Amino acid sequence: MNDRLRKYRNTMMMGIFIVATLIALIPLFGVLGYVVINGISALDLDFFMNLPKAMGVSGGGMANAIVGTLIMVLIASLIGMPVGILAAIYLTEYDRTSWLSIAVRFATDVLTGIPSIIVGIVIYTAVVLRMGHFSALAGGLALSIIMIPLIIRSTEEMLKLVSQSIREAGYALGISKRIIILRIILPTAAKGIITGAMLAVARVSGETAPLLFTALGNQYWARSLNEPIAALPVQIYQYATSPYAEWHQLAWAGSLVLILMVVILNLIARFAFRSRSN
Amino acid sequence: MSKKTKLTASIGDQTLRLLTLLMAISVLVLMFWMGWQMFQSAGPSIDKFGFGFITGRVWDPVKEQFGALPFIYGTLMTSLLALLIATPIGLGVAIFLNEMAVTKVRMVVAFLVEMLAAIPSVVYGLWGIFILAPWLRETIQPALAKWFGFLPLFQGTPLGFGMLAGGLILAIMILPTIAAISGEVMAAVPNEQREAALALGATKWEMIRIAVLPYAKSGILGGIMLGLGRALGETMAVTMLIGNRPDILPSLFAPAYSMAAVIANEFTEATYDLYLSALVEIGLILFGITLILNVFARLLVWSVARGPKGGIS
Repeated sequence: MNDRLRKYRNTMMMGIFIVATLIALIPLFGVLGYVVINGISALDLDFFMNLPKAMGVSGGGMANAIVGTLIMVLIASLIGMPVGILAAIYLTEYDRTSWLSIAVRFATDVLTGIPSIIVGIVIYTAVVLRMGHFSALAGGLALSIIMIPLIIRSTEEMLKLVSQSIREAGYALGISKRIIILRIILPTAAKGIITGAMLAVARVSGETAPLLFTALGNQYWARSLNEPIAALPVQIYQYATSPYAEWHQLAWAGSLVLILMVVILNLIARFAFRSRSN
Repeated sequence: MSKKTKLTASIGDQTLRLLTLLMAISVLVLMFWMGWQMFQSAGPSIDKFGFGFITGRVWDPVKEQFGALPFIYGTLMTSLLALLIATPIGLGVAIFLNEMAVTKVRMVVAFLVEMLAAIPSVVYGLWGIFILAPWLRETIQPALAKWFGFLPLFQGTPLGFGMLAGGLILAIMILPTIAAISGEVMAAVPNEQREAALALGATKWEMIRIAVLPYAKSGILGGIMLGLGRALGETMAVTMLIGNRPDILPSLFAPAYSMAAVIANEFTEATYDLYLSALVEIGLILFGITLILNVFARLLVWSVARGPKGGIS
């Protein structure tokens, strides 16, 4: 084959890869751009302070949905983080190779891969039907199931990065395994574990599907954890599919808040992690 | 150490060990419990319709007739369309990031691609309803109908909402998955491979084609399968864009329905047990498909990422 043709082909393929990358980024800027432009006009103090107004009436906010999301993410974190971190400790510190560890890792992968709406179905049939009503607890529980595998994966990876010599130094000093794990390994990996936890929080705070039939949504303040409760993503969904322009406005503003939350969490997580690895 | 402190230390050690063991086992239990729970709830529907559930074309809750084929069709069509679009672009991104970009560009672009994955599904749906669907209706679909209208795929009224919109939004959402996993396995290709190809006088593209892609092949396939798994189960964005009509029509312009979408829309409206059970069975099918896909995909990715089989290391 002649050399000019080969070089020409090379340049062409390189060009194609660059164009592919540019194409991939168009939707990102498209989505971010429209959300910022459409969202910012409806984003005022009212949005954060008030309840939604009746359909067709302008103004009003999503205060209850923001608080609802925070409450359910908190519940999810309270369950998901301890379970995930402890399970990851087992996988790295106590047993890396037995069939049990392999099975648990496999289950973690399966749980990461199953659609989030499946979690909603399971919690509905197991919790909501049994309790007889939708609730913040059911919603938080659903989110925690999505959170657990994410936390296990990231924590496991971070614990594996802790150098083996630190563990050996601990043993050489005759320190018990519990102290080595709690006082030496966990603090060493803390930054990475927190990073992973933040990314997991970012991920679940945007989840809608598992909340549709667990938390349900609520136009008002929920007075207890045993009542249906509003969530930002669910509210966005309901407003986006409603026929009212005022609600569409709120949906854009809600999306802006949601995206800001996610992006900020991602940026902090990245920044923290980078300062560690350098 | 006195005997007493030694004893308390060992009790503490055992407690922590048992606690972590318990949590690890609970993850395993959780997986089985979820499958079992769904199987239980889907029972009445499985008993009543048997295999006909999958091949049934009629979904009529009023007449207590439940066939899942329209939803399976809509899910498969949108997911395949998404794969068709996202695979070449995702591979292009992976090659650009791994083989071409300098470190600074790579870090920025990789972060942006990660952001693409981090945007919540419902925000894609909102954007799809108000930006993507009108654009498809007014610009893309008339153009497609004009140039390719002889194909059944591009016939019918341009509505904006339909399988084309659903497939496109899925393509955007699974692109980061395909790019990230492909990039990961490409990074696992030993540099000696690349250097050998370059030393023989290969251009960069030839190096990628000869030394990188064949080596990473099965891992890339795994990435595509993980992308497919994500597309099949994606709920909100598809629900908001696919049109939500349980028809089986050949045209991509036509409204359709997906498995996840019908669950999202009808679950809280299921007024009797068989109805609910049928919806859970759709979820169970989805669970089964994504589980199998994930297992295969992980095996493929793992086979590449663990390194070469014998020889060079």
